[in-house]
Amino acid sequence: MALAVRLRSAVSLLGRFPALAGVDLDVAPGNVLLIQGPNGAGKTTLLRACAGLAAFTDGEAEVLGYDLRRDRRSGRRRLGLLGHSTFLYDDLTVADNLRFSARAGGADVASAGEAMARLGLDGRLRDVSAGKLSAGQRRRVAVAAVVARRPDLWLLDEPHAGLDAAGRDLFDGIVREAAAGGATVMLASHELDRAAALATRTVTMAGGLVAGGLLAPARSASNVA
Amino acid sequence: MWRDAVLVAGKDLRVEARSRVGINQVVPFALLVLVLFAFALDSDRATLAGVGPGLFWVTVLFSGLLAIQRSFVIEADDDARDALRLSGLDGAGIFLGKAAAIAVQLAALEAVLAVGVVVLYNLQLHGPVMLLLTCVATTVGLAAAGTVYGIIAAGLRVRDTLLPLLVLPVLAPVLLAAARACEAALAGTPSEGWPWVRLLLVFATIYVTFGVVAFGPLLEES
Repeated sequence: MALAVRLRSAVSLLGRFPALAGVDLDVAPGNVLLIQGPNGAGKTTLLRACAGLAAFTDGEAEVLGYDLRRDRRSGRRRLGLLGHSTFLYDDLTVADNLRFSARAGGADVASAGEAMARLGLDGRLRDVSAGKLSAGQRRRVAVAAVVARRPDLWLLDEPHAGLDAAGRDLFDGIVREAAAGGATVMLASHELDRAAALATRTVTMAGGLVAGGLLAPARSASNVA
Repeated sequence: MWRDAVLVAGKDLRVEARSRVGINQVVPFALLVLVLFAFALDSDRATLAGVGPGLFWVTVLFSGLLAIQRSFVIEADDDARDALRLSGLDGAGIFLGKAAAIAVQLAALEAVLAVGVVVLYNLQLHGPVMLLLTCVATTVGLAAAGTVYGIIAAGLRVRDTLLPLLVLPVLAPVLLAAARACEAALAGTPSEGWPWVRLLLVFATIYVTFGVVAFGPLLEES
C-alpha cells in the first residue's frame, strides 16, 4: 500500500519566509500522526500545504498519490480539513451547510444526515442558521462537515479547541473510527495528553522542519505501511 | 461541471433568500436611484421617457455591483473561500454557478425596475423580442464579467472599493449597447438595435468563455 503522505525536502514559503524549510515526512494509511511543536513551528502551514491551500515551492510532495507540486486540486475531494476557521456560511442552516459540504466533496446527502446525527446536530439545531450558533456549536458543525465528506485524509488543526468535554470525547471516537476504517489522520494540537492518546505516532516540528518524520527505511523504501 | 454549477448556484441563491439582502437592500436602493434620477433630471415626463433606457441600465449596473460584491462577501466570511477551494468543485462549475446566481438576481431586479421606469418615466414598451434579447444578453454579460472581476478582487483587503474601479470601465460598452438597443426597440426601429444586440452577445460569450477557463486558477490565487 502506498504512503498517504510523502514529503521530501518539501519547502513552502509565506511570502519570502520559509514556513516549511525542507520537511521530510512519511505517513502511512490508517495512522494517526500527532504533530507537536511550539507556535510558529509550521504545523498549520504543513496541514494547509498538504490540503493544497499553500504551495510547496521546492522538494517532493505527494498526498494520496497526487504530486502537489504539479496538481494541488485533484485530490481535494478525498480530504477533509478542520482548521482555525469553521468554513461555514452564516446564512445557511446547519443542515444546508452540511448538505453542501457533503455534495461538494462527492458524498451523498445521506452522509450529511448521518454526520448530523453523529454529532448530535439533528435536533433543534438542524434548522438554525450557522450565524446564530455559539462558537462551540459552530465547531461541532465544522467537525460534522468533515465527517460528511468521508475523507481518506483528515487534516486537523487544533481540533479540540472550542469543543466541550462531551464533544471532545465524541470527536476522539470519530477519529479512532476513521483511522480503523483505513483513513489517515494528521493532527496538530497543543493539548498533548488528549492528542497523544489518539495518535499512533508523534513527530515534533520546529523552525519549519520535522524531526523523526521518516518511517523506518525498510518500510518507507518499499512504500509499505 | 454542470453538477457543480447547479450546486453552487443553489447555495448562493439559498444564502440570498435567507439573508434577504437583495429584497431588503438592493431592490430599495435601485428604486431609490430611479426616483432620484427623475428628481434630478426633469419633471417633464417626455424628457424622462427619452433618457429612460439609459437610466434603467445605469441603475441595473450600480445595483448589480452590490449583488456581485455580495456574491464574494459570503465567501470571505469565516474563510469560506478556502472551503470552496478545498471542496474539490470544478473551477468552471463554480464560475457558472456563481454567475448564474448573480444573473437570476439581476433578472429579478430588471423586472422590478422595468415596472419602475414604466410607471415613473412613462415609457411605452415596444419591440418585446429585442427588449428580451437585450436583457438576456446584458444580464449574462454583467454576471459573467462581474464574477470574473469579483474573484480577482476577492482576496484583497480593498476589494469593496476596487471592484467598481475594475468593473465599471469594462462594462461601459455594455451599458452603451444595452441603452441603444432598448432605445431602438422602444422607438420601433429595430434595425438600428440589432448591431447593439450582437455586440452584447459577443461580450457575453467572451466573458463566459474567459470565466470558464480562468476562474479556477484565479480562485487558487485569490
